Amino acid sequence: MIPVDYYVVLSATLFIIGGIGFLTRRNVLVTLMSIEIMLNAVNLALVAFNRTQTANHTGQMFAFFIIAAEAAEVAVGLAIVLSLFRVRRTVRSDEADLLKN
Amino acid sequence: METTFAIGKAYFFTCAALAVLGALATVTAKNPIRGAMGLLLMILCIAGLLLALHAQFLAAIQLIVYAGAIVVLFLFVIMLLGPSATAPSDQRGRIPRSIGAGLYGAAGLGAMWVLAKTAPPPPPNNLIASAPNDFGSVDAFGRVLFTHGLIPFELSSALLMVAIVGAVAVARGNQKKKEATKAKEEAALAKEAQETKTEASEEAHAEAE
Repeated sequence: MIPVDYYVVLSATLFIIGGIGFLTRRNVLVTLMSIEIMLNAVNLALVAFNRTQTANHTGQMFAFFIIAAEAAEVAVGLAIVLSLFRVRRTVRSDEADLLKN
Repeated sequence: METTFAIGKAYFFTCAALAVLGALATVTAKNPIRGAMGLLLMILCIAGLLLALHAQFLAAIQLIVYAGAIVVLFLFVIMLLGPSATAPSDQRGRIPRSIGAGLYGAAGLGAMWVLAKTAPPPPPNNLIASAPNDFGSVDAFGRVLFTHGLIPFELSSALLMVAIVGAVAVARGNQKKKEATKAKEEAALAKEAQETKTEASEEAHAEAE
């Protein structure tokens, strides 16, 4: 079997990629996708650590609830994107300045 | 034993490489549709890795919820927004953003390196070769979920319910206000039409005289 370190390194790499995407992109849709990548990376690390402790399912249970929370987050996030688009005709996060001044 | 190890390693590295590729495609995509496809690739690869980690139930959930629901939701929104989902590229503020992202990436990699250098040596069997047969199966996982995780499970149903209601409320917008503005616009249009009509009839009168 593959040592758990490999999974952790992969997970950290994916997390960093997602974070860079979150910081550099201004398309709200791509920003949301970057958040997805980061949460997926965290899920992978949790499940990999759980694999070393087969007496319980704690890590997998955390991953399960993260998936549930993420589904909710995406639904609300995309609704906000839609309503931002209706008001501003844009999907760029830097043009969403309705609270300015 | 040796060959199974080699196969497992090949499987892991294939999935890992494809997952990183998909993530990079998502982050760099100019077109959000391509980004969603990269996200789909990464999700499929992570589901494969979850299978290798003895988490069959979570792998299935990953496919159903992410590939089946979240990516489809993204695609729906992208199609709803149409061509404007691809925002024109803008170079403004590109350098500070790149510097920030570079610092973030360097900090992450540095933290990884420091951890790898200073971590105590892992126990010899840091990934146990054999797990109980039902580890991660629907049966075992469900039993844990409905005993130890019952309260969070029920709370998550409330969370999803609130999210549904919130999403509908936010996406619909203010219907009353919209109707009011629509009625106002229609009234203005009707008034304009009437004015042009009266003008035309006046002109006709003048011509007749």
